Amino acid sequence: MELNISIAPEIIFYIKSFPVTNSLLWSLFISAFLILVTLILRFSLKMVPGGLQSCAEVLIEESFNFVKSVIGSEEKAKKVFPLFFTLFIFILAANLFTFIPGQSAITIKNGDGVISVFRAVMADYGMVLVLTIISVIIIQVVAIATHGPWGYLGKFLNFKSPLKFFLGVMDIVGEIAKILSLSFRLFGNIFAGEVLGMVMLFLIPFIAPLPFMFLGVLTAIVQAFVFATLTLVFITLASEIEPDELIEQASI
Amino acid sequence: METEAVKALAAGLAIGLGAIGPAIGEGIIASKAMEAIGRNPEVSGKITPLMFVTMAITESTGIYALVITLIILFG
Repeated sequence: MELNISIAPEIIFYIKSFPVTNSLLWSLFISAFLILVTLILRFSLKMVPGGLQSCAEVLIEESFNFVKSVIGSEEKAKKVFPLFFTLFIFILAANLFTFIPGQSAITIKNGDGVISVFRAVMADYGMVLVLTIISVIIIQVVAIATHGPWGYLGKFLNFKSPLKFFLGVMDIVGEIAKILSLSFRLFGNIFAGEVLGMVMLFLIPFIAPLPFMFLGVLTAIVQAFVFATLTLVFITLASEIEPDELIEQASI
Repeated sequence: METEAVKALAAGLAIGLGAIGPAIGEGIIASKAMEAIGRNPEVSGKITPLMFVTMAITESTGIYALVITLIILFG
């Protein structure tokens, strides 16, 4: 037996020239699963909630209260909550599906050899990068909507003094670094969890990997929460008007 | 030295040196959080999630080192 670790996802088959990778297949499966659960919940809503409905109610209510406590007002919270909750629930489901026992035993054979049909979705950098780009674009849109296009540009290009100009340039770097830091954090954690689990399984097959599996479950939940929360915090920062800006606006 | 040997050495150095900073940082965060909970046990429910979030942010530099290591080893 040898370790089979690759950073790029494996290609299962092609539709015309479009490669279908195992992580793409699983992300579609997870989306379908989440949509199905949502539809079942939607069409079985009752005044007296059953088991599934009360779980969903508690989850959504607690998350909404959390969003409200971070962003400050209920009106803003209602706008940002769908994004926050979608990111959280999708990443959480994608991470936790990794721990279904036996899924890594399902393999298929194609031209290049034996390929596992399952791959942790967040261990594919493309997927994580797309999620990050979505949240970064929304952060920029919120910032432009709050400060206005000129105020937004003025934050980065400031010619009042050399120091302010330098700080503005550093802000541009900071915005670009956001993409890298958000995506690398999620990708690194999940991929490292996969590799660690595989290496431990390779070294000592019995019992020893269990604590690492537990650590993996913890990481899966915490990282889903962290990704969604950081997006929320960045949006909150972008949607706030700084005090000196208020003074400027008042003087105009 | 052969390429493989240099790769192994580079990977070990990258993760070893990269883990120092986040380890110290996470230790400081945990100790401060424990101090805060010890001083005011009622707010432990608020401090614990904040502690996890800040830890995950601190951890990110370590994760960068890890990603580089994995790219050196398997990329």
